[in-house]
Amino acid sequence: MPEQRIIRNYVDRHNSYTIESYLSSGGYSALRKALGIAPAEITDMVKKSGLRGRGGAGFPAGIKWNFIPPDSKKPVYLCCNADESEPGSFKDREILERDPHQMIEGIIIACYAIRSHKAYIYIRGEMPYGAKRIQQAIDEAYEHGYLGENILLSGFDLDMKLYIGAGAYICGEETGLLESIEGKKGEPRPKPPFPAQIGLFGCPTIVNNVETLACVPHIINNGADWFASIGTPRNTGTKIFGLSGHVNNPGLYELPLGINLLELIEEYGGGIPGGRKIKAVSPGGSSSAVFSADELDIAMDFDTVAAAGSMLGTAGVTVMDETVSMIKVAQNLAHFYRDESCGQCVQCREGTWWLEKILREIDEGKGAIEHLDIILDACSQMRGTTICALADGCAMPIESIVRKFRDEFEEHIKRGHS
Amino acid sequence: MPFPPRLRDKIQEIADDHETRLSALIPVLREVQNEFGWLSNESMEEVAEALDIPPSSVQNVASFYTMFFTEPVGTHVMWLCRTLSCALRGAEGLEHHLCRRLGVKTGETTADGKITLLEAECLASCGTAPAMLVDDTLYENLTETEVDRIVDKIKRSG
Ligand code: FES
Repeated sequence: MPEQRIIRNYVDRHNSYTIESYLSSGGYSALRKALGIAPAEITDMVKKSGLRGRGGAGFPAGIKWNFIPPDSKKPVYLCCNADESEPGSFKDREILERDPHQMIEGIIIACYAIRSHKAYIYIRGEMPYGAKRIQQAIDEAYEHGYLGENILLSGFDLDMKLYIGAGAYICGEETGLLESIEGKKGEPRPKPPFPAQIGLFGCPTIVNNVETLACVPHIINNGADWFASIGTPRNTGTKIFGLSGHVNNPGLYELPLGINLLELIEEYGGGIPGGRKIKAVSPGGSSSAVFSADELDIAMDFDTVAAAGSMLGTAGVTVMDETVSMIKVAQNLAHFYRDESCGQCVQCREGTWWLEKILREIDEGKGAIEHLDIILDACSQMRGTTICALADGCAMPIESIVRKFRDEFEEHIKRGHS
Repeated sequence: MPFPPRLRDKIQEIADDHETRLSALIPVLREVQNEFGWLSNESMEEVAEALDIPPSSVQNVASFYTMFFTEPVGTHVMWLCRTLSCALRGAEGLEHHLCRRLGVKTGETTADGKITLLEAECLASCGTAPAMLVDDTLYENLTETEVDRIVDKIKRSG
């Protein structure tokens, strides 16, 4: 079965990133249409389409937009979160580099819907090429009258600015991102207040992911019902799945939400190299709980994956074959979160450091069986107790690995001591 | 060393283009680092003065973000991804290879001052792992041969 490409439709085209290419495939017609509709109706359409945030949380985009007070005296901001850095995720980078106008058109429509006149695109510093493409696309959009004052003679004004980060995973957290744009350390803010009330520079702000915004023009062009007819009733539309790790054909695959995980790996990913067996799969970026080989017959949508004790997250699927040491995997992940913890909360700062240390000791043969329960205990203390979800993102996969692969840990510990 | 007038003008231009002076800080630090290769204490003080913000804000931000260097680095910086998807496809072997080839440990700079080798966290290139960012260029699907080619090119280019 071929992919069902909506967002990725033109990414392979020569010069796909230019405005000429975008216009030649009907680009910016959704904006033209949207500007003739009342802002509240646009939000309603997005709500009706069922579009859920593609950045990881899966929160309905239209409902989020509705949180902006309609009578705000303060300016309203929209920030596009292009800080893609969840390990296992590489879907936004393609949009940024190969079809940026799609996202920009989505941003303009979103701003019109929430009555924002200033949009930021926050891209991570490690994507210099993407930043170049985005800046070029913004410039082109200004030249063609899709940005600036009185857009397409509608009376609607919008300025758009690219903000380039400087290396910090935590800036992908929406309030960490806002802090960073304000010129500070990317330390997440306690919530409430939510950004829709007090966001960037103290003003109402919406933060949406790149892929979420790229869906918007298609919804406007083809209608909410069309979008809602793809996928499953509560998980609508296509999703860009990323396959990495031990698969024959790693890469991006755009498919309806609800695709079966085994089918994704076998049919689209071409199975496991060397005919080896799957040992574990991280279904939604590194912060998601891993599945063992017997849990893979599952629909990849937000609700089903959550019900199975993990999360769809960014839908970055990382496959691990039977040759992998789950102890090393856990250690690799703990290292990441320790490295990226902003250090505000004790449970996170010390928990991630401590998990890495104890996992390293186990790996080096210096572990004890009691350590396993101590790890599980530490993980439970890290969950739901911090300002942001980073500590949870560390605890969830590690807890699942220790629980599901406990035999491997125990065997390794015993061998290390013999 | 005071900033050259061209850089001072550029900083002013960036400051004017941002909603608050503090929000110009990260773009300004990037500009200064582009000029000198790293952010010395003197540079940071001068940035604080130019933006009229407390020096501690500049220090805090410079040390928080991994792409800002508060110590001198080589002319070229290699960011080799170490995170899971790259690790599953041989990043560790590549790191050993690079260390041997460059005669450094990760985090160090080659004796000729040309290359600093650093570990990066996931570069959003997991589908084309292993990946490495060298200055502004991303290299994907790396092999030892490819890594050697990149190193040779840098050594030749000066
Ligand atoms: S893990 Fe290396 S690029 Fe994602």
